Amino acid sequence: MRIVVGLVCIVTLCGCQREERQLRLDPPAAAALDKIALMPNKIGGAPPQIYFALDQPYETNAYDLSQGKRLYTWFGCAACHGDGQGGIGPSFLDGWWAYGPETVSIFASIRDGRPHGMPAFKGKMTTEQIWQLAGYVQTIGAYSARTAAPSRNDDKQTRPAENRAPAAILFDEGPTPVHPDQGPTP
Amino acid sequence: MTDTIRRAQILDTELKRPELTSQLEETWKTERGLWGALSTVDHKIIGRRYITTAFVFLLLGGVLAMLIRLQLAGPEGRLIGPDRYNQIFTMHGANMMFLFAVPVMEAMGVYLVPLMVGTRNIAFPRLNAFSYWMFLAGGLVLWISFALDMGPDVGWFAYVPLSGPQYAPGKRADIWAQMITFTEVAALAVAVEIVVTVFKQRAPGMSLDRIPLFVWAMLVTSFVVIMAMPAIMVASTSLILDRLVGTHFFNPAEGGDVLLWQHLFWFFGHPEVYIIFIPAVGMVSTLVATFSRRPVFGYLPLVVALIGTGILAFGLWVHHMFTTGLPRLGESFFTASSMAIAIPSGVQIFCWIATLWEGRPVFKTPLLFVIGFIVTFVIGGLTGVMVASVPFDTQVHDTYFVVAHFHYVLIGGAVFPLLGAVYYWFPKFTGRMMSERLGRWAFWLIFTGFHATFFPMHILGLEGMPRRVYTYQPDLPWHGLNLFASASAIILAAGFFVFFIDVVMSARSGNPAGDNPWDAPTLEWATSSPPPAYNFAQIPVVSSANPLWEQPGALNVANGLHTDRREVVVTTITTAEPQARESSPQNCIWPLWTAIATSVMLVWSIFSPWAVVWGSIPIAITLIGWFWPKGTPEDEA
Amino acid sequence: MKRRIGTARLGLPLLLLLGGCDNWQSALEARGASAISLKHLIILIVAVCSVIWMLVMIAMIHALWRRRTAWRAPLDLVPPRERRLGWIVSICTGLTAVIILGFTVASFFTTRDISVAGQDDLTIRIGGLQWWWSVEYLDPDPSAGFVSANEIHIPTGRNVRLLLQGDDVIHSFWVPSLAGKQDLIPGRTNEITIRAERPGAYRGQCAEFCGLQHAHMGFLVTADTPEDFARWARAQRAPAANSADDEEIAAGRDVFMRKPCAGCHSIRGTQATGTSGPDLTHLASRAFIAAGLLPTSRGALAAWVADPQTLKPGNNMPLVPLTPDELRAMSAYLASLK
Repeated sequence: MRIVVGLVCIVTLCGCQREERQLRLDPPAAAALDKIALMPNKIGGAPPQIYFALDQPYETNAYDLSQGKRLYTWFGCAACHGDGQGGIGPSFLDGWWAYGPETVSIFASIRDGRPHGMPAFKGKMTTEQIWQLAGYVQTIGAYSARTAAPSRNDDKQTRPAENRAPAAILFDEGPTPVHPDQGPTP
Repeated sequence: MTDTIRRAQILDTELKRPELTSQLEETWKTERGLWGALSTVDHKIIGRRYITTAFVFLLLGGVLAMLIRLQLAGPEGRLIGPDRYNQIFTMHGANMMFLFAVPVMEAMGVYLVPLMVGTRNIAFPRLNAFSYWMFLAGGLVLWISFALDMGPDVGWFAYVPLSGPQYAPGKRADIWAQMITFTEVAALAVAVEIVVTVFKQRAPGMSLDRIPLFVWAMLVTSFVVIMAMPAIMVASTSLILDRLVGTHFFNPAEGGDVLLWQHLFWFFGHPEVYIIFIPAVGMVSTLVATFSRRPVFGYLPLVVALIGTGILAFGLWVHHMFTTGLPRLGESFFTASSMAIAIPSGVQIFCWIATLWEGRPVFKTPLLFVIGFIVTFVIGGLTGVMVASVPFDTQVHDTYFVVAHFHYVLIGGAVFPLLGAVYYWFPKFTGRMMSERLGRWAFWLIFTGFHATFFPMHILGLEGMPRRVYTYQPDLPWHGLNLFASASAIILAAGFFVFFIDVVMSARSGNPAGDNPWDAPTLEWATSSPPPAYNFAQIPVVSSANPLWEQPGALNVANGLHTDRREVVVTTITTAEPQARESSPQNCIWPLWTAIATSVMLVWSIFSPWAVVWGSIPIAITLIGWFWPKGTPEDEA
Repeated sequence: MKRRIGTARLGLPLLLLLGGCDNWQSALEARGASAISLKHLIILIVAVCSVIWMLVMIAMIHALWRRRTAWRAPLDLVPPRERRLGWIVSICTGLTAVIILGFTVASFFTTRDISVAGQDDLTIRIGGLQWWWSVEYLDPDPSAGFVSANEIHIPTGRNVRLLLQGDDVIHSFWVPSLAGKQDLIPGRTNEITIRAERPGAYRGQCAEFCGLQHAHMGFLVTADTPEDFARWARAQRAPAANSADDEEIAAGRDVFMRKPCAGCHSIRGTQATGTSGPDLTHLASRAFIAAGLLPTSRGALAAWVADPQTLKPGNNMPLVPLTPDELRAMSAYLASLK
């Protein structure tokens, strides 16, 4: 009996909500998720209430994160950001978030675009997809291994998988290179 | 003080019968209460526990099967969504294979083999206890995760890349892979015990040609387990490494290969079928002989067929991969070898029919299940020959034809004999008979329900219905047969319900059985029902293949074992000449602690590779505790 | 005028499908050369096996009946006639070996019979994706190749070579009425040849479990006469129909380009060039949408766009919020893509 209780506890702690798959988001919920409150400088802010009511799925749910990973390829993020190392666009692996590390900032960056070349994806993706992608992009730059994060792709390996905290490794390798100017500083 | 020293030298030759049994009882007994239950190493208690747990998993898997049938009863069913359905059919397959079929067969061996070879406990009794706890933990991991909506959803075969890091988010596939590790550790442990028990602990005089056929079957099965299971453990570990650490075993872009998974999986997966089927062959051979009232016809061909099946089992894994585009030459080879398995199976069927032909069949419930087995298994075997043909297989592979085929083989070929075996050995397990009337009901319900459910699936497959679909469209002509199959599944379920009722009721209030209610020939019937903790008051000596028939009355016995400590006779492999007295460990709680430590490590290692490092420390500690001398008389030997 | 021909062409297979052609995905309704020889093999083996089964059953029933006894019959420890039975069992075993040898030989010859197309035959690249099929007609002249999805047209009386490639997970290509199945495996290219003798529509379906929507990964193989096929191919090569004069259709196209649709789907001749979803250039010329889920009609298109996750839960097409007007216009536009 003790084993049973112990196992239940362990598995529940690890599995809490992380595995549930919400295949269809109700349109009103999607519309509500679009209403983020950004700071005037467009950096940082608060997601809408519903985001918390849903239990922040886009940061903790394995399925949503993996969908985000698919969208990263589908919408050509790699064209500028490479496999996370950056290129034309900034890197996600160097521990530097030009507009802050919160998911809501990343969401805003994807949805509305940013100066110096980041296009707005508002018309190209649905709100849910943008959230999924934002959650995934955040895991690329994670410093600590995350259980829910996706693992490597069936591709050439260019960096450690997201669930192995790639940012930490690259960040440890020494002082980060000079960051390209990301636009007007707030 | 002097008293204990004198007691320490007591041999069974010095004691009278009542004194002997009470002395042995004291030495071999399991304490009452929770502690006794957790620390016992008695193969009968563990075997019974194993069998009961496996049947609980059968029940749970059956509920999943009914859900599947409910969902497929009509086109575009909306009862279960695709996500849950994928979990359900994966759970059904994985549960039935890893938590029911293999464990229940091994558990029958754990209970019966020591009795049938006439020894007092299985070899490595503490490993046996450990094996059960690992099996239980594996089952709990799987079912708890299913309850938490994180049950595996990649099929019981978990083909990469679908189960790989890119396409199976979350921990669902890891749970499947780790459940494999749990059950395989358990199965390997039992296999080792059975091999050693059969080779070294047979009763004096039980030379190789006098071993009961069920014991032969368990021996062959154990070797197949030992050779097949490592492949799947390598595969599932590689899968977890790919998913967790980011290795590239199955990543084509980095030089891995997705087909490697299929080779490894089926190199285990096909012998797996025989791991389930060979014990069933042993059961049928036993039942046929007892209920034909004569020794089985063709003992030697049957043994050779068992060994042949075990060897051929490793030569036909590729027939699960006929549609993957392998070289033609390889395909022809595997067609031939897959068909060749029909020869040993044919020999077995012919020998059983010959036994019945020359015997005097007695229509008790166990024999009914044997008849049901022959009727059903021959169909399953013949459809097996069909799918062994490459061109034939390209049309039926991964369709409901295959679903029908392997249910015919597994239910018809293994569950029918198993149910017959339960009716047959239940008196030995519990001391009570099962109801003959309910037994007939159970048989006819299961038999008709089974055929009505699964036969139409052959046709569905040929009509183009693929496997593992959570629904189908109304414009495809499948709903009639599906509805029929679903309705018939209710009959099948009713049959199992009657069976379970019968088991529960008979265990409480069945007629007392007596030592040998079926007048059967093998050694397990030479002791009381249920057997005492020490199995045999005196170790029997065997001089024929059917000792209780050829020496009616009393068997010869061997003497000279200590009664104040647990001892078994060790005999030679071929002729079973007595060689030595070997002590057998006392009850011990450490296997449980080790199993818990191992379970924690295995579950933890789904989440972090460091679990293998830190999690090994408690395992090492518990193992040291396990092997530390306990200061018992058994230590001396 | 042109459009009416298109409708007629579309109508023919549709009639075939809906008008009683019940078993259009069945190994027993063999219509292609390979499937016919497979069917002969199936019938042969099943027939022989049925006879074997009946013989075994007769033997078993006779064995059970001839000396059935009440409980506790005397034991029979040294039965007579062991030798004779031994001979019979040996002969039966020998017969088993002969029969399976026969099956092996029959399989071998059937495999040889199955047609294999050469390099210069019509070649189509089939890509299996979660959960639809991409269809690319290859041509030595690259400009003559074209892309479609979920519907394969082949000319009758010719071998057609299909190159099968799994683009994400393993799928399996299976049109039971034309040929046996073959897997699409990432990192490998498999080949299968199909050939239809008569015009008709044959349904196929993914046969290897591939995730959430494995059940809805159907496709259609339509066999046309060579003339019809040439006409069809010509139409497919052309860019999308441009009915700019129809206001509703133009509005629909505008919605399509403005909304996320264009990010994943291509419509040749427009600025929609996404590649992650099926090519929609001639969407309305296909008999089904969403990989065999619904027959093509404006209503079905509207329903699909309005709520793909209810019709096919878990598929990769997102629910794009549209106003009723937008949806109406969009469905008109999609239905115009003949």
